[in-house]
Amino acid sequence: MDNSKIGHHISGQFNKELEDVRNKVLTMGGLVEQQIELAVTAFSTGDVEMAELVIKQDNQVDALEMAIDQECMQIFALRQPAAFDLRLLITVIKVINELERVGDLAERIAEMAIQLSGADNNKHDQYFELEHMAELVQEMLHGALDVFARMNVEDVTTITGLDENVDREYASIIRQLITRMMEDPRNITRMLDVLWIARSLERIGDHACNVCEHLVYMVKGEDVRHLTQEELERKMKE
Amino acid sequence: MTAQHTRTHTIDVSSILRDQKTTGEQNEACIKVENLNLFYAEKQALHGVNMEMPKKKVTAYIGPSGCGKSTLLRCINRMNDLVDNVTIEGKILLDNENIYDKAVNVAALRRRVGMVFQKPNPFPKSIFENVTYGLRIQGINDKRILEETVENALRGAALWDEVKDRLNDNALGLSGGQQQRLVIARAIAIEPEVLLLDEPASALDPISTLKIEELINELKEKYTIVIVTHNMQQAARVSDYTAFMYMGELIEMGTTSELFTNPRKKQTEDYITGRYG
Repeated sequence: MDNSKIGHHISGQFNKELEDVRNKVLTMGGLVEQQIELAVTAFSTGDVEMAELVIKQDNQVDALEMAIDQECMQIFALRQPAAFDLRLLITVIKVINELERVGDLAERIAEMAIQLSGADNNKHDQYFELEHMAELVQEMLHGALDVFARMNVEDVTTITGLDENVDREYASIIRQLITRMMEDPRNITRMLDVLWIARSLERIGDHACNVCEHLVYMVKGEDVRHLTQEELERKMKE
Repeated sequence: MTAQHTRTHTIDVSSILRDQKTTGEQNEACIKVENLNLFYAEKQALHGVNMEMPKKKVTAYIGPSGCGKSTLLRCINRMNDLVDNVTIEGKILLDNENIYDKAVNVAALRRRVGMVFQKPNPFPKSIFENVTYGLRIQGINDKRILEETVENALRGAALWDEVKDRLNDNALGLSGGQQQRLVIARAIAIEPEVLLLDEPASALDPISTLKIEELINELKEKYTIVIVTHNMQQAARVSDYTAFMYMGELIEMGTTSELFTNPRKKQTEDYITGRYG
């Protein structure tokens, strides 16, 4: 793993502080990834206990967010970071905000899993597309965290490019849910819960894209937010 | 009603966004350095330096000790002429005139380009006499003009309120920070175009330092300022443009905000983030 961007300060203590922030962000990312994984499994298997664990985990995610914010603030105040160090810390503050939101979305999926657990026993085969969508957004988030760990943004457009697939899956799930609602209005409540799950997964994909954009700023010093996929690809080739 | 209300009162942010874009704009150059080489006897201290310092802006030189930033600063008012065995090649243009032309009167040049040093160096005379010194050697002795100049210069140097009741006291009785502002008042009393500041705050306490920095910010309304500083945060706070020098070469120059957030050269990055070169 290439950490040369963080290290090599004359002040070894500064190296340690930045390394510590970086590790905490990766821990937070790992925790959030696990939340999604468990929430989606809890939904497919109807495992209420697992869903409750996801909800509990969210407190840890929140606590990490605050701790990392605090550490960044300390470094700003005491070290007046510049150049890459400055961009790293600004990016960390933004990235953990995205991660915290992803944690909240995983929590919502877990809540829906609990609500659906009684009503929808063993009928999860019908949600094949939802599971596929979950896999996609997990791949995106994992990719984004990997970019952060390696501090190399060369392949960032491969990750953001997946968002189109996620959006397509989302549209298709909505169509299916509407069909089922029309088939039998008694399905509506349940389908609305499923819709929340699909919506949450779609949002997680968006947050993963945002993380990628923040990371491009961190590494290249270029603000690439609010660009289309094509524009981003062009920018990255420059 | 509400809908109409919101329609007529849409908030326009275009002016804010425009301001942000124009901050990076190039300004008219006051001083141009062209292919400047300087040798102390055999040893070359500046290597082919090219740069432009915009009018009425603050340009800071940063870099490790011995990188040539003070040497370069001293070239701008030909202070290096006073050093033995110095050879200077290349040009420095002040308002498009080469200050190293044979026809240039060095005393006149130094009236246009004032300088303040690291240690405050007031003359062992009264505060009044310190500020008027430059005028007196030009032969100006009209009491009214001198008094007016003293007040304006001391106000310009943010010192007036502190010393107005003791203008005839010896300047050496002032604190270090006050002495440094007095020296700046002495420099601006003769209305130069350019102010060169060589580590103007490095011998001062933090509060006096902030006063000097605040003063620099006010002085740039009237003067083109070039400052050499070891304190990078100070360069970041006071300057519009920053030049990073290393081993007698200009490595990188740009707007201060750009240079401190996204430097182009690795050497600059390593220096400003405190890494091993």
